[in-house]
Amino acid sequence: MKLACPLCGARDIREFHYQGAASLADRPDPGAPEARQEFLDYVYMRDNPAGENRELWFHAHGCGAWLVATRDVTTHEFLSVRLATDKEPTT
Amino acid sequence: MRYSGLKVFLNGLTGNRGWAPVWRDPAPKDHYDVIIIGGGGHGLATAYYLAREHGITNVAVLEKGAIGSGNVGRNTTVVRANYMLEGNVEFYSHSLKLWQNLSAELNYNVMLSRRGCILLAHSDGQLDALARRGNMNLMQGDGAELWDGATLRRHIPYLNFDDPRFPLKGGLMQWEAGTARHDAVAWGYARAADRLGVDLIQNCEVTGFRITQGRVTGVDTTRGHIGAGKVGMAVAGRSSQVAAMAGLRLPIESHVLQAFVTEGLKPVIDTVISFGMGHFYISQSDKGGLVFGGDIDGYNSYAQRGNLPIVEHVAEAGMALMPMIGRARMLRSWGGIMDMTMDGSPIIDRTPIDGLFFNGGWCYGGFKAVPGGGHVFAHLIATGKLHPAATKFRLDRFARGAVIDEEATGATPNLH
Repeated sequence: MKLACPLCGARDIREFHYQGAASLADRPDPGAPEARQEFLDYVYMRDNPAGENRELWFHAHGCGAWLVATRDVTTHEFLSVRLATDKEPTT
Repeated sequence: MRYSGLKVFLNGLTGNRGWAPVWRDPAPKDHYDVIIIGGGGHGLATAYYLAREHGITNVAVLEKGAIGSGNVGRNTTVVRANYMLEGNVEFYSHSLKLWQNLSAELNYNVMLSRRGCILLAHSDGQLDALARRGNMNLMQGDGAELWDGATLRRHIPYLNFDDPRFPLKGGLMQWEAGTARHDAVAWGYARAADRLGVDLIQNCEVTGFRITQGRVTGVDTTRGHIGAGKVGMAVAGRSSQVAAMAGLRLPIESHVLQAFVTEGLKPVIDTVISFGMGHFYISQSDKGGLVFGGDIDGYNSYAQRGNLPIVEHVAEAGMALMPMIGRARMLRSWGGIMDMTMDGSPIIDRTPIDGLFFNGGWCYGGFKAVPGGGHVFAHLIATGKLHPAATKFRLDRFARGAVIDEEATGATPNLH
């Protein structure tokens, strides 16, 4: 299993740390009126799809970049990957 | 047909032609008092205890594939009750007590083998932590025996005691723990439930829920609509998908856990050895194969197969602990999909939808919990009340901050 880091190229999966759903990068506003519920959902609840999953990977033993990858979790195939700091591509 | 040694003997003399199918293959009825989704260990046990303990026999178990074709037949068969946290200790203790007499109760040999389970310690601090855990087990009425290094060496001399990174200082033994034959557990519960009138409906996938004014009234399946007074989900591994059909979002991620077995060897490992620091545990099956496993692969997966880095890691951990297994040839490895909850503990609770109940989130510990999980889930479905042995596995415990986090790793399912 290899992940193509946009900065380093295709690297062994052992170089990366898996953080979880990409939604973890969208931290709710702690000052919002519904912050309690939003943080509950943010920390604990997951869509957990059986198909395409958007997820956060950290190139820990590489360049240190945070990546947003889309992966088919029924086959482990990476479908796309970008730097987390890059804007979501508009389709 | 009731099984007995005499029947086995007589059938052996007559070419084994006297055996009948073990359970019926009924067509689904229009309506059941209770529908259990999932014909694995927990679903079958739930149906059995509904009929046996609560007299509710108008029950169907709906199974997408074949009975026992999921995780109940993919695990490493360990049965134990050496947890530490309140919430878990009383539940696993309850389950272990149900294991005790299970073969006789089901009239089906589940081959429970109480060969003990040892948790290893590599430092004085870790041994102290195990002493505390042992005290929790003793207070619960379960067994726990703290071993120093010399005792460990006397019982299990073939371990690598002088590993520079993980020297062995002792461990915590639970003699009541052991292994069971996992397929027999599924088949035994299925047969016993069927004999009490439960309909086991295979190749019947649930495709949706019928919910009217906040109350579940039935399910849609690949074999048509089936009405129900109450519905229980016991589909660990696929909980998020099934719950999503009822509009629920769960504190669960699905991960793959691999397991391994070697060629058959002469008896050598007479207990279950858990090497927590190396994420490695091992036992020997009655057939002689070394059955072992390690950590989950660490990323979401529904693939039922893992990748090579974990294979390598598990093999390294095994070699570090017991170098003697290095020449055993590995026959197979496989993967199962785990409901990994956000605190590593299961969920058995009502859902926000009336009449819909949830059993899942077993992480990688569902097998030992099959009798207990089925028993308390049946109690919940039948009475609407939580069983005293499972009052803390609530769906809302995350909102209340009442998590049961044995590993103390927080909401990171890939690290539990």
